[in-house]
Amino acid sequence: MAFHHRPDAPELPDFSMLKRLARDQLIYLLEQLPGKKDLFIEADLMSPLDRIASVSILKQHEVDKLYKVENKPVLSSSEQLCFLVRPRIKNMRYIANLVNADKLAGRTRKYKVIFSPQKFYACEMVLEEEGIYGDVSCDEWAFSLLPLDVDLLSMELPEFFRDYFLEGDQRWINTVAQALHLLSTLYGPFPNCYGIGRCAKMSHELWRNLEEEEDGETKGRKPEIGHIFLLDRDVDFVTALCSQVVYEGLVDDTFRIKCGSVDFGPEVTSSDRSLKVLLNADDKVFHEIRNEHFSNVFGFLSQKARNLQAQYDRRRGMDIKQMKNFVSQELKGLKQEHRLLSLHIGACESIMKKKTKQNFQELIKTEHALLEGFSIRDSTSYIEEHIDRQVSPIESLRLMCLLSITENGLIPKDYRSLKTQYLQSYGSEHLLTFSNLRRAGLLTEQAPGDTLTAVESKVSKLVTDKAAGKITDAFSSLAKRSNFRAISKKLNLIPRVDGEYDLKVPRDMAYVFSGAYVPLSCRVIEQVLERRSWQGLEEVLRLLNCSELAFTGGTKDDKAPSESLRLILVVFLGGCTFSEISALRFLGREKGFRFIFLTTAITNSARLMEAMSEVKA
Amino acid sequence: MNRTKVDEEEYWNSSKFKAFTFDDEDDELSQLKESKRAVNSLRDFVDDDDDDDLERVSWTGEPVGSISWSIKETAGSSGSNHEGREQLKSRNSFSYAQLPKPPSTYSLSSFFKGRTRLGSFQSLSDALTDTPAKSYAPELGRPKGEFRDYSNDWSPSDTVRRLRKGKVCSLERFRSLQDKLLLLEEAVSMHDGNVITAVLIFLKRTLSKEVLFRELEVRQVALRHLIHFLKEIGDQKLLLDLFRFLDRTEELALSHYREHLSIQDPEKRKEFLKTCIGLPFSVEDAAHIQDHYTLLERQIIIEANDRHLESAGQTEIFRKHPRKASILNMPLVTTLFYSCFYHYTEPEGTFSSPVNLKKTFKIPDKQYVLTALAARAKLRAWHDVDALFTTKNWLGYTKKRAPIGFHRVVEILYKNNAPVQILQEYVNLVEDVDTKLNLATKFKCHDVVIDTCRDLKDRQQLLAYRSKVDKGSAEEEKIDAILSSTQIRWKN
Repeated sequence: MAFHHRPDAPELPDFSMLKRLARDQLIYLLEQLPGKKDLFIEADLMSPLDRIASVSILKQHEVDKLYKVENKPVLSSSEQLCFLVRPRIKNMRYIANLVNADKLAGRTRKYKVIFSPQKFYACEMVLEEEGIYGDVSCDEWAFSLLPLDVDLLSMELPEFFRDYFLEGDQRWINTVAQALHLLSTLYGPFPNCYGIGRCAKMSHELWRNLEEEEDGETKGRKPEIGHIFLLDRDVDFVTALCSQVVYEGLVDDTFRIKCGSVDFGPEVTSSDRSLKVLLNADDKVFHEIRNEHFSNVFGFLSQKARNLQAQYDRRRGMDIKQMKNFVSQELKGLKQEHRLLSLHIGACESIMKKKTKQNFQELIKTEHALLEGFSIRDSTSYIEEHIDRQVSPIESLRLMCLLSITENGLIPKDYRSLKTQYLQSYGSEHLLTFSNLRRAGLLTEQAPGDTLTAVESKVSKLVTDKAAGKITDAFSSLAKRSNFRAISKKLNLIPRVDGEYDLKVPRDMAYVFSGAYVPLSCRVIEQVLERRSWQGLEEVLRLLNCSELAFTGGTKDDKAPSESLRLILVVFLGGCTFSEISALRFLGREKGFRFIFLTTAITNSARLMEAMSEVKA
Repeated sequence: MNRTKVDEEEYWNSSKFKAFTFDDEDDELSQLKESKRAVNSLRDFVDDDDDDDLERVSWTGEPVGSISWSIKETAGSSGSNHEGREQLKSRNSFSYAQLPKPPSTYSLSSFFKGRTRLGSFQSLSDALTDTPAKSYAPELGRPKGEFRDYSNDWSPSDTVRRLRKGKVCSLERFRSLQDKLLLLEEAVSMHDGNVITAVLIFLKRTLSKEVLFRELEVRQVALRHLIHFLKEIGDQKLLLDLFRFLDRTEELALSHYREHLSIQDPEKRKEFLKTCIGLPFSVEDAAHIQDHYTLLERQIIIEANDRHLESAGQTEIFRKHPRKASILNMPLVTTLFYSCFYHYTEPEGTFSSPVNLKKTFKIPDKQYVLTALAARAKLRAWHDVDALFTTKNWLGYTKKRAPIGFHRVVEILYKNNAPVQILQEYVNLVEDVDTKLNLATKFKCHDVVIDTCRDLKDRQQLLAYRSKVDKGSAEEEKIDAILSSTQIRWKN
């Protein structure tokens, strides 16, 4: 039942090198400020940092005390302050306040700001405006690839999604290109390259430029990874908006996996304390259930419990010598397994409780109806009731978006009434959220009004520059239709099922959504890999509004070892979900490939909605 | 230790695990519970000396020695006086003593400086021997020589490339509008948003607002970067000017409206919202803004009144159910719930009465009933619940009607722990027989189940239900009476 790879599946490259690299860079940077220093760390960087370094390593390099960057007065008495931050304006203001307060008090200290993964000119501008440029020294810590698991690299940049897909800011494209460049330096060039989406295309171009500028570095290297596939999140919003039902996805939806680990509360640990648990391939129990449909997990865990029981029971007939062996050799492993097993059983129980309470069955039924496009009225009133009863605002928003994208926008009457009720239930300030969702193309009204077309035509008359791209750029998200129904038909996303879909023996990637839907993103990847090009997919591209935004490339290396050609790096720009990861792992197993995932961040429906929400919870 | 020994003995001899079976293979939850019990039963044996292979975890659940943990430690103790700091020091040193030794002694600096430390193993250079030598050191401590680039005349494309690499690069030589625009176009065509913004900062400083806006209007990519930049640095004035220039009236209005989020004082917030009312929103948004203002205005009045009532301690409802939070800035539906809870019987004329809210904000019937039901059920005011669904026709007959469907009513009542008699009454009002049976079974309304089975002449189902009720209960008697009745012509 558990996920086993085919014996001929290729080996994964060793990504732990990336961790060492990041750690060494950080140490080098810390040594640039010799002597004792206090280190201020931005909250969002703490977990990633924890994954590559420990307090003792920081201490070795003369870090005295650690503080979190937050809006509180600073009590550090150190002569040297070092800040480890994301390049954000608010961090600059925080540092400026601190430095200026010191100046006012006539105090001189040394300050160093380490930007991760890179610094932005806007930040430097703020430092300059605040009059502290020159008082602080700036460095960059190019830590942009964190291996969360043997096959999963995360850039840990959740803000990528909002910055690019809502605001249209391309600030992270260089970071992506640099990360890809680093990968090709370490693991050889990529013989085959495919991509879809505007951001994918731009990242690819910038990356190519980098490679040309630093030509020679990858020359002669044998490729380790045969294919790379870049994909924009907005090519497929639908998948990311669905409730997840594979175990890892469910754990993420329920408890929020953060930087590869999860906080299991007392309700899971059945004790009075919470426990932070790393979730990856090293957890033997988790490894076997992570990709399974939730309904299979129970059976697996109880089988496992029985086995464990049997192993413990073996002691009964043992003599002293055998017992000694047992204790010294097996007991530790059994204990470890026991601990993991009880944790995951606790998690399952807690998930079941929560899901039963929120009437998950009905929710899933509505989602499937939306995906398949039947009883739209029923689904609409279901959403309405959700809103009226003030069920979680994020959940209501997610369902509305799902309705909008699958239906090419809401009919104006529904749009107005749902919006009104939403504002009444969750607060008028969500007007701003609706405006954001509309701009990102996540929640739209059918046949948008004349205002848009008027602006569009006005601008199109004015447009003169080629560099700015086609006029449709600016309004792409507003004007384009999602065409989900047609795409779904074309790509066979809703499997025809005769009888029951056997979730124990999945036959296609649809199992990650209980057999109701094949993730669009994964299907596109599958199709392209099969053809090794976009040929024959022209109609799909047109429906995805990506006719101009799909590309192929690569170094076309003849010497590429055949092993490497079955390794595929998939890059999700704007985040990927655990369901997509599970689906592709399944596909890989079927075809004898191995997929490696690189994402700007792990995402799910709640994170997407929160990124669009103007009112922070 | 003795205790554990005994426990162990008990474990060895105990036979309770033989009974460990999974009879009910289909019932997943029971299966899960079984496994849990089994695993837990092992705990006594397993947990005795577990600490060695477990991560050491502090009370917050963070592994001791992790960076997040350490920061919490500092935060917990900072803010105290000097003594506190001393304490912190000792506490930290205590925990560090428990940490394992660092896994390796190599460091990047040694690698870059080319000296090898004794005992260093697995250095980065070993790992990368098959690549041409390349320094992975970040570009730090820029060589002084770089500043000579200042004087050089870089072409727009070279300039942009240098900017992308984060190198020092003066833009001052781009003085003519044409040069500036060329530079911007070069940045846009390279796709790096950071560089685009860098050029925009320069343009913003060296061009008049009108010229800048005019040129950006036809350069959408750059325009979006400027808008985002202005939002981030909080230059609201210039942002509004820009929207005005672009004739993007809705964004202008929304952008202005957004400011209210940062105003904490309710009076000031209300006044600010008032200034939003005339802004060029779309027709329906304008109505929402008006509502937002009116609602806050009401809330301020209600809040002042109720705070007074509550502190006076004369009003029963506030004494029995003290308010958990202020009603200020709550959504409309929450306000309605609040008013159904505390002010249900007030006449329509008062601002705090539910009916007044309903009328002012045109709250749909469905929403109103749902909210009132939840509020009155929470207070266990079953009489009010009853009245909510009772309508009289012109002949004076009363009839029960629920705009939200009685199945929902039942669910809400159940969630609020309504007694079985009340539940029963509403389950009976559910029209669809299957739904009715389901709900009645789920909420243990025995009479309804029994009567419905009888009406359906479904002997089998009744028989099946008999096994679910308590032995010797009134329900069982009732079932038996029906089953033995000769009046009924069973369909099965």
